[in-house]
Amino acid sequence: MNAFRKVILAATCVGSLTAVAAPATAQTTLRVVMHSDLKILDPIWTTAYIVRNHGYMIYDTLLAQDEKGEVKPQMVEKYEAAADGKGYTFTLREGLLWHDGKPVTSEDCIASIKRWAVKDSLGQKMMTFVDSIAAVDAKTFTIKLKEPTGLVLLGLSKPSSNVPFMMPKRVADTDANKQIEDFTGSGPFVLVKDEWKPGDKTVYVKFDKYKPRSEPASGLAGGKIAKVDRVEWRAISDAQQTVNALSKGEIDFIEAPSHDLLPTLKKDPNVNIVVSPLAKLQYVFRPNTLHKPFDNPKVRHALWYAFNQEDFLMATIGDENYIRPCKALFICDTPFASTKGMDGLLTSNAKKAQELLKEAGYDGTPVMLMHSTDLKTLTNLAPVAKSLMEKAGFKVDMQSMDWQTLVARRAKKDPPEAGGWNAFLTAWVAADVMNPISTAYVNAACEKASFGWPCDEKLEKLRDDFARETDPAKQKAIAEAVQQRVIEFTPEIPVGEYVQPVAMRKNVKGYLISPVPVLWNVEITK
Amino acid sequence: MSMYGYLFRRLLGTIPVMLVVAVFIFLMLRLTPSDPAAIIAGDNATTEQVAQIRSQLGLDRPMIEQFVIWSGRVLTGNLGESFFFKKTVAALISERIEPTLSLALFTILIAVFVAVPLGVLAAHRHGSWIDRIVMSFSVLGFSVPVFVIGYLLIYLFAVYLNWLPVQGYQRISEGVGGWAQRLILPSVTLSVIYIALIARMTRTSVLEVLSEDYIRTARAKGQSERKVMFRHALRNAAVPIVTVIGLGVALLIGGVVVTESVFTIPGLGRLTVDAVLARDYPTIQAVILLFSFVYVMINLAVDMIYTILDPRIRY
Repeated sequence: MNAFRKVILAATCVGSLTAVAAPATAQTTLRVVMHSDLKILDPIWTTAYIVRNHGYMIYDTLLAQDEKGEVKPQMVEKYEAAADGKGYTFTLREGLLWHDGKPVTSEDCIASIKRWAVKDSLGQKMMTFVDSIAAVDAKTFTIKLKEPTGLVLLGLSKPSSNVPFMMPKRVADTDANKQIEDFTGSGPFVLVKDEWKPGDKTVYVKFDKYKPRSEPASGLAGGKIAKVDRVEWRAISDAQQTVNALSKGEIDFIEAPSHDLLPTLKKDPNVNIVVSPLAKLQYVFRPNTLHKPFDNPKVRHALWYAFNQEDFLMATIGDENYIRPCKALFICDTPFASTKGMDGLLTSNAKKAQELLKEAGYDGTPVMLMHSTDLKTLTNLAPVAKSLMEKAGFKVDMQSMDWQTLVARRAKKDPPEAGGWNAFLTAWVAADVMNPISTAYVNAACEKASFGWPCDEKLEKLRDDFARETDPAKQKAIAEAVQQRVIEFTPEIPVGEYVQPVAMRKNVKGYLISPVPVLWNVEITK
Repeated sequence: MSMYGYLFRRLLGTIPVMLVVAVFIFLMLRLTPSDPAAIIAGDNATTEQVAQIRSQLGLDRPMIEQFVIWSGRVLTGNLGESFFFKKTVAALISERIEPTLSLALFTILIAVFVAVPLGVLAAHRHGSWIDRIVMSFSVLGFSVPVFVIGYLLIYLFAVYLNWLPVQGYQRISEGVGGWAQRLILPSVTLSVIYIALIARMTRTSVLEVLSEDYIRTARAKGQSERKVMFRHALRNAAVPIVTVIGLGVALLIGGVVVTESVFTIPGLGRLTVDAVLARDYPTIQAVILLFSFVYVMINLAVDMIYTILDPRIRY
């Protein structure tokens, strides 16, 4: 046999092998690559976004926000506020079942709310207003309040981590600091535990007995109809390979395609790129208020003049189609967004920043800026910050490390020279930073605040006022006051927003506009 | 000393080696500036929540206490529980071992069956264009990183020609055809460097043997060139070649980590990467211990094979 024939034979063998081993995937299997691998299954125990997304697959919520951000009933048929504003009565829908076939009861929901409130910061705040939560009957329960607050509806409809997912009482009674081991939910999909293989795939199947609401799906609210029989989350960590797999039809959907690969996907006639206006993220600069030079609010305030958002966004996302410069602290185009107090800020006015630093008595103490190098959307943030800060007169000691090292180091309160830090940059999902209570970096409760530990009575008073207020117009006014105080005190600086598109095969339809990615309503057409 | 005595002594010798590896890995992980508790807790977690998780994982205990607990468990065969997966590390490893073994086996088979004939051919045609091509390929194989080769092959055979899948692994129990089909690209990718290494070593060893007197004698006796090459030259050149193959199997561990990541193969290499990124100490420690054990055993096996290939070698 000559060499040419051998090559032909080898090619034929490979081709035959391909034909023999064509994957026997059913038409109604949706193959998805999420932004990371699912390693933990308890969405109350951790705030990781991938676990939140898993929660939306198998659990349901009492209330939910629609695509306009309005609170709607979800598991509840109705809810009524007490005439004096000091409580709510919730009535569950008929026909709600857990995946094991047992009915959803008030006791289940009460236990779930209590477990969620132990872990979640908004839940903790809500519980300071709660006098009691009690079952009236199997389908009705009440939350009695010590004083009126808007936090009950805001909390129970919270769209992002930690989401108040409902679990059976036997599961929800688990200590909130221990992970659950029973994954019975009442959502539109059921986890196939035996097929959960971290690093490989996570499998869900349609819950046939799920009773969706009659309203059309909107955001996280409305009828959650599972339109595929099976969903497989495939763990592909390589961004280029994810795109290759989508182009070849080996997968159907990518939750977070890398921005620099979007032009490649755009050219593919079999792929759609969908930009959900709610799927935004906000970059923030977080100073550590415990140590020099950022223990001085005036020094921190100079940063508002040192920075501009466009530089950060173009250095990281690099495509004007996906960046959203926005000075509002609470995400543009959402109810509490405002640009009040932002005139002249975030315009890289180096001269003004230098004057402020001089007034503040900045003595040239270097800023230890942590630079994470392994997450593409974060990598270029710190070098931009360093450059802009140096133009404004700061001395910057930028130290590079992987994100997990940064995560460990930011929890340390030690001075920078002893293993601590002065500043870092990160990104928040919009749903987490839409109001003064859920926005972690606005919390200025000293020891109880997030990393950076700002301590400001005025800010905390305003957050308490917001929590007590139930009138949306007055809440908005308080949110604006919070924003103004944040500008003065500077516990954080928003350095721009961007949208994260999803990519899917053209035959995938019904993806919902939502602040977090959800897969009910999604179908595969022929 | 008898062969069995030697084997026993070598096996005993693995104990201090494994002990040193265990101490080294444990210390390296604990001295790395990282905190699994902070990673598990997520971005919204407070300092208190991180501290709680740290306490639950036992990471707030003195380092020596942590080491005593871990090594005590390992000695009783308990590799511990993964911080993240809520599964025992033994279960995780047993889930992941099949893809890695399959990949390693395919790779070594491809490498040996391609490289040894190439090396012999290059030696036989020493100085010819075939020799130069084989040697040029060797240099290229050494120089180009595994992931670059992987992406090029993916583009050519999966994206452009559409012959093979881009990524993924199918278990052998789900069909031999799919299993083999999904191993072709990663195995070829990974085998390139070993083909280069083994072909080069084979060429050098065979060339050295070809200048020996007994080869001239064999030829003078009128033996065919094929017999001279395979019965006399290759057999006598086999010891260094087997050494390189053995080293290659050990080096494969590093290659598997990269290849499994590029081709999304849920094997031990990918598990190692995931565990390192997540600072999953029990998993990292167990996998490194396992890899070290495999390394030691391969070296032992190579030493044993020497005695078969060359009866003059006795321990």
